[in-house]
Amino acid sequence: MPTSEFAPAADPVRAARARHWRRTMRLTAVLLLAWFVIGFVVTWFARELDFPFFGWPFSFWVAAQGGIVVFVVLIAVYARRMARIDRRLADETLPADAPAPR
Amino acid sequence: MTIRTRTFAPARSRFLRGAAFSRRLHWIYLVFGLAFLAFVGAMALLEHLGLSHNWIGFLFVVGPIVFYAGIGILSRTTDPTEYYVAGRRVPALYNGMATGADWMSAASFIGMAGTLYLGGYGGLAYILGWTGGFCLVALLIAPYLRKFGQYTIPDFLAARYDGNLVRVLAVVAAIACSFLYVVAQIYGVGLIASRITGVAFEVGVFLGLGGILVCSFLGGMRAVTWTQVAQYIVLLVAYLVPVAWLSIKQHATPVPQATYGYQLQKVIASEKRLQADPAEQRVIAIFQARADADDARLADIPAALAAERSVATRRVTELKAANAPQGDIQAAERMLARVPRDSDAARDEWTRERDANRERAQPLAGMPRHAQQFAGDPHGDPAARRAFDDSRRNFIALVFCLMVGTASLPHVLTRFYTTPSVAEARTSVGWSLLFIVLLYLTAPALAVLVKVEVFDTLVGTRFDQLPAWINNWEHVDGSLLQVSDVNGDGILQLGEIRIGGDIVVLAAPEIAGLPYVISGLVAAGGLAAALSTADGLLLTIANALSHDLWFRIVDPKASATRRVTVSKVLLLMVALGAAYVTAQKPGDILLLVSAAFSIAASAFFPALVMGVFWKRSNRWGAAAGMVGGLGLTLYYALVNQPGVRETFGIAGPAQLWWGIQPIAAGLFGVPFGFALLVVVSLLTPPPSRAAREMVDEVRLP
Repeated sequence: MPTSEFAPAADPVRAARARHWRRTMRLTAVLLLAWFVIGFVVTWFARELDFPFFGWPFSFWVAAQGGIVVFVVLIAVYARRMARIDRRLADETLPADAPAPR
Repeated sequence: MTIRTRTFAPARSRFLRGAAFSRRLHWIYLVFGLAFLAFVGAMALLEHLGLSHNWIGFLFVVGPIVFYAGIGILSRTTDPTEYYVAGRRVPALYNGMATGADWMSAASFIGMAGTLYLGGYGGLAYILGWTGGFCLVALLIAPYLRKFGQYTIPDFLAARYDGNLVRVLAVVAAIACSFLYVVAQIYGVGLIASRITGVAFEVGVFLGLGGILVCSFLGGMRAVTWTQVAQYIVLLVAYLVPVAWLSIKQHATPVPQATYGYQLQKVIASEKRLQADPAEQRVIAIFQARADADDARLADIPAALAAERSVATRRVTELKAANAPQGDIQAAERMLARVPRDSDAARDEWTRERDANRERAQPLAGMPRHAQQFAGDPHGDPAARRAFDDSRRNFIALVFCLMVGTASLPHVLTRFYTTPSVAEARTSVGWSLLFIVLLYLTAPALAVLVKVEVFDTLVGTRFDQLPAWINNWEHVDGSLLQVSDVNGDGILQLGEIRIGGDIVVLAAPEIAGLPYVISGLVAAGGLAAALSTADGLLLTIANALSHDLWFRIVDPKASATRRVTVSKVLLLMVALGAAYVTAQKPGDILLLVSAAFSIAASAFFPALVMGVFWKRSNRWGAAAGMVGGLGLTLYYALVNQPGVRETFGIAGPAQLWWGIQPIAAGLFGVPFGFALLVVVSLLTPPPSRAAREMVDEVRLP
């Protein structure tokens, strides 16, 4: 088989990339869910979530402050977690026969 | 060993270069910030020495524009990578500031606090929508665009969807939404420049245009980026200073963002008091009586018109017969001339009057209670339940359209091509939103502070003791502020104030009792917001034309310098065209802006997201999704517009689907675009190998 000599080298890389994409998708899905809950679910029940919160009615506060601060946090979490996911991919795709660093 | 050094050495040296570059930028903008403060200080001194307000206003308009022009001249370039994507070396922090300025338009700076003042909780849809959209940018779009690493949004779509069909569609949609949006910005520029310096609106438009052009024309994205960073600093300072001051004046902390909940309680208490106030109720009754009189006139227009004309004619004859003073006769003749010409004119005028009177015959001058989520009452009678459901659905729909629109506006997305790496593109979205949030946390606070001032201080004042800013602004523009003693008791009631939203920001310094120099500062901030957005938009339009149409389709062999030159010429033409359209003063600004959001959302969002997350999507699916989604959005937005219905003679009231207002037309366009994209892609052959490989490529860091 002509491709056999490449297969052992290529497959781990491809598998690592697929894992990287799965992790990315999982993180994206979790954060999108949080985004949806803050942006739409809490907002839908705004009238019910009317209890006082440091002077504001809670749902007013979420729409004016809490929600948008959470959005910033979601993006920050995404940037940090993705950096880690990218590092894992870099570690996994180093050639297996390469000498250990230092 | 060797592999490690090979991979990491260049990375580290690039990092160091980046760090040194960042350090230099820190210094430059620190000096800029100090120079700007010195400029404001100098203006304050000049005001103290007796320089007239018009001159201070003029200097606040021209001074910053000259400065932005200076940045434009220093960053002039003909290199394509510099011109289109600022050399891809804008650090995440600074790209965040530039995106913040790019993103925050005249609507955010001037309009939003006013919308919140007038609409209370309802206005928060803009806050939520315009911030939540950045989550979509970060999670679904920005990193993949950066990895792709070309120049424009049509570039990305064309590469992913095999060719020029999708590119042309993307160019058309990018130009359509950016042009609508840029007209709104230039309108804002003209408005501020004319209001603060006293020049004519058209002169203001072209003055602002000069400021926009000198920057984007000479240096493209590079100049625009560094100018936008400066503009962000100006607009943030200009927004925060008056609000902090107003808060101190109300015996609260200088950070009202953290504490205005207590002022909100005051507003809620005052609302109860005002609704029960007999004087307010008398004002409402008077407006209701006026509206009823208008209704009576409208019931039989020819008779009412004849009666009015005969009364006016009789008065003129009587005065003439009695040899009354010439002035009285002329006044009577003017009254006669103001009687509508014919039945059609009468119907228009009286309907307008009746609607205006009806609007003012509402409790709290037509404003909903500030903290009340949605209109109506879920436990009330059927009408109240319907109002509640309707209002809640529309709120959610608007939030959705603004979020998805944010994640699809080409001028914002292009900014994420300019970072040095994918990781920095991700961080950069976070910085962008953080810098935007600084202003968006403040706008609702400002709305509440101004409401406290109006409800508790202004209402109940005697007419001969009104604060000076009321007279000033009534004089500047009657559509912004008008007070009249409707019930004749000599005391100002809430129902007797007619207020335009824009005044909340524009007059905040005067309400807080600050010197005029701060008003100039606010004008400079509003101008910075409008100019920076207009810069980014014009660049997007010109690049779509020059790069995507001319270079990619018409003349792919053009040299790099020639491409940039063509881009500059087109930029000039587009800018002049936009200024020409603006000078015609087209309809409603908010409508233009929201139309741009819905157009961008339905044209780009499905194709962009599915391009990365669904490999099977192909050119036919993308084309169908873009055309179908955009078509449905435009159809819904236009067919329900009163003006359009009149022009095309469509009879009857607007046919709304589930009561959704046309402003949120994207609610239908976006899902329809997704559905078409999926169905048509599955019915046609899979995308090319190159497109599939590109998907794999952009998914990697």
